[in-house]
Amino acid sequence: MASQSRPQPPLGYLYFPGCSLKGTGVAYDESLVTLFGLLGLPLEELPDWNCCGATSYMAIGEETAFVLAARNLAIAQRLGALELVAPCSACYLVLRKTVDYSYRYPEVRRQIEEAMARAGLPFPNAVRVRHPLEVLFNDVGEARIAATVKRRWSGGRVACYYGCQAVRPYAEVDDTYGPTRMDELLAAAGIPTIDYPVKTQCCGGSLTGTIATVGKELNCILLKEAERKGAEAIVTICPLCQFNLDVHQAEIRDRTGATFDMPILLLPQILGWVLGGERRALGLHRAISGRRLLAQWLGAPAERDAYA
Amino acid sequence: MPEEESGPRIGVYVCHCGSRIAGTLDVQAVAANAARLPHVVVARDHAHICSDRAIRLLRRDIDERGLDHVVVASCSPLLREHPFRPLLDGRTAGPVTLHVVNLRDHDPSRHDGPAAATTRAEALVGAAVRRALGEMPGRARGPIHPGVLVVGAGIAGIEAALTLADSGQHVYLVERLPTIGGHMAAFEKIFPALDCAACILTPKMAAARAHPNITLWTCSDVTTVDREDGAYRVQVTRRPRYVNEERCTGCLECVEACVYADARFPDKFTLGLGMRKPVYMPFPDAVPNVAVIDRETCIAFAPGGCERPCVAACGERGAVDLAQGEEVVTIRVGAVVLATGFRPFDVSRTPFYGYGMYPNVYTSLEVEHMLNGSGPTGGAIGLRDGHAPRSIAIVHCVGSRDITTNRWCSRVCCMSSLKLAHLLRARTGAEIFNFYIDMRTPGPAFEEFYQALLKEGVHFIRGRVAEVTDWALDPSEEGRLVIRVEDTLLATVRRVPVDMVVLSVGLEPTAEADELARLFGIGRSPDGFFLEPHPKLVGKPGGTDGIFVAGCCEGPKDLNDSIAQAGAAAADALAFVEGAGDPPLSAAGKILRGPRDDRA
Repeated sequence: MASQSRPQPPLGYLYFPGCSLKGTGVAYDESLVTLFGLLGLPLEELPDWNCCGATSYMAIGEETAFVLAARNLAIAQRLGALELVAPCSACYLVLRKTVDYSYRYPEVRRQIEEAMARAGLPFPNAVRVRHPLEVLFNDVGEARIAATVKRRWSGGRVACYYGCQAVRPYAEVDDTYGPTRMDELLAAAGIPTIDYPVKTQCCGGSLTGTIATVGKELNCILLKEAERKGAEAIVTICPLCQFNLDVHQAEIRDRTGATFDMPILLLPQILGWVLGGERRALGLHRAISGRRLLAQWLGAPAERDAYA
Repeated sequence: MPEEESGPRIGVYVCHCGSRIAGTLDVQAVAANAARLPHVVVARDHAHICSDRAIRLLRRDIDERGLDHVVVASCSPLLREHPFRPLLDGRTAGPVTLHVVNLRDHDPSRHDGPAAATTRAEALVGAAVRRALGEMPGRARGPIHPGVLVVGAGIAGIEAALTLADSGQHVYLVERLPTIGGHMAAFEKIFPALDCAACILTPKMAAARAHPNITLWTCSDVTTVDREDGAYRVQVTRRPRYVNEERCTGCLECVEACVYADARFPDKFTLGLGMRKPVYMPFPDAVPNVAVIDRETCIAFAPGGCERPCVAACGERGAVDLAQGEEVVTIRVGAVVLATGFRPFDVSRTPFYGYGMYPNVYTSLEVEHMLNGSGPTGGAIGLRDGHAPRSIAIVHCVGSRDITTNRWCSRVCCMSSLKLAHLLRARTGAEIFNFYIDMRTPGPAFEEFYQALLKEGVHFIRGRVAEVTDWALDPSEEGRLVIRVEDTLLATVRRVPVDMVVLSVGLEPTAEADELARLFGIGRSPDGFFLEPHPKLVGKPGGTDGIFVAGCCEGPKDLNDSIAQAGAAAADALAFVEGAGDPPLSAAGKILRGPRDDRA
């Protein structure tokens, strides 16, 4: 019904995986490619990509960060792409910020133009940076998701956790203060969600590695609130959020006496599952926390060989 | 200096304005250059041409040297011609014309160094001298039409209207809503003395209604404004209230009789805290004390209609008139006072404060209504589930001093928050937390009020609140609203659980301010408030004579200041309409009258 008023989605997407999706966030890469395949939307990896410029570059040397990001955008532009999908929120933000700043500040534009000229690349002025959540919401839409559902969700209620970078400061992915698009997509797929007031709070980011007590306290807040509101799992759209909440649960349990052990899923994993994707193809076997629940929901044994 | 035997005689006066002009160009050279121009019989420079001793010098020159024209090279005539023109007017032997050269604003060469600035100033003065030669001294002004229009009948508009009416002017008082009184009508008590708001406002409202010199029109909008010679021709559209104001006695029998047995529609005046029927009285002491019918909710206007028991109940009085139509009235007035007030900040722009998401988050104006003994709760303060709050947070600067919403300080909210803190504590015994950025309490007995609250045991936490949320870190926070804030005095992030949150909202220009500014041809500040050309010199907006402003439409201000400004605007309007001498201030700023043309 809504598909008539919606413009036809492009035939496929070019995406920028970034380091996370090839490392600790490999499940995101697997599930995203699988989900887009199930939706009939080919997802092509950007060739010869490099670091997005996030991590500590932005704080230490902005120019380096902008130039690194711009090189990825320039490669996409040379391929004739009009948009580049960035699944990792940190990649999304730095790429989006580079586009913004190159228009807003002549000095940044000059730096990028010079660096691109030296590399024989065009100044990337035609590539729009997009996040998979926004692509799924705007291009695919709830109606098409609902029409593509193959499995009934047998699990419990989930908390949609958006994190900070996808919605701040740019509000193109979703509303800055009260994002709801993930909730709406999951509702269309028949997955019940809870009201989760901390949905844009800090996941701890890299503090879990640097000032671990602070980082893990932030993890703990998110997990406790999800449990308190009756969620049995958390769904995220950022590999760092997913990693922080998944990996530190056991330690947080030991320290605080909390009892939660909940799966931390990525949006394409849970959507891919109800759309008929296979467990391994969606990287669901890589889960660290909540394996018993996942096994129950997905009807498979709680495997031990996660990263085998 | 060539003394001309015949022809016009011109005097040129170049102002130093301290160092503001003399520091950027050579005023003596400008004066010396002017002295060489034809017909210029005297040319001087002076430290402050607007000063009393300079005016006396000018008058002496005019009389002794027989000047016909005076050229003053100083600053904007819009601001400063006015004060010293009357000092010349009528006090010289002959009529003179006055020409003001605005060196402070019209000499951009000031930025290119003194030499360029001096050359430009000489050219500007030379041009003024040539303009003066083409000018004949004469009378410029006809009489100003009597009568004053006051737009907006909050406390400022009422005050201005009463002052003008008491002085003998006829006043048209035009109000958009069905009742006059404005925001003040919602208040129970006012700071700092906690005196009764109604005891001040109610008699003024009644006086405005009863005054023989005031024509009061509610449910009315100004729709067009035209300028005529000495008058504004203003079209006022009176929307139907479906009850005849002359016939209605305020008996409320129509309300009783309405087919709706229960009041079930959210009442706009009480911000939806109270309910009303389609036919209702805005509040018990509304002025005029005449019922009003809301077309949107009244089923007499819906297909099928109803049996119109309100008409039957009104009986022979015949006040209920469902066929009432719109009426357009045209009036002529000499001056206008704009007192259109403010709009409270829309809290949906700060979603992180949870208004609309958590039921026990209120705005400060809602709490004012709840505290009001004749308000929707009869003065009771309760949570939405009926329980009494044990702890209340008051969040300051919501929609004020914030680059993401409104940058300005709304001025009144520190004191009104303190007032609410005191009243809420007195009514409920709850523990009160104020979250503030800076405490701004300038005013008579304001700081003393703050000190008294500190002694009362009200808590003050310095920091802008990050969010209001319901996520609990420990059992003490369970089921409560948590204020997350950086306490900038303790340098720590705090979580303060409370039962009720009051958002102290800032003041904004009204939605109609843009349209009104366009209608009356006046300026607005970047913030959207009506702009005065110079807030310390003239109480009227720039560009249009005879338009004066009062109250919060010119910027946030408390009752003291609104009432004071209303009095000042009324006095200005009165001087403008009744003024015996002064010709209206024109942008060219050049005509001076003298006794000679009065004789002619």
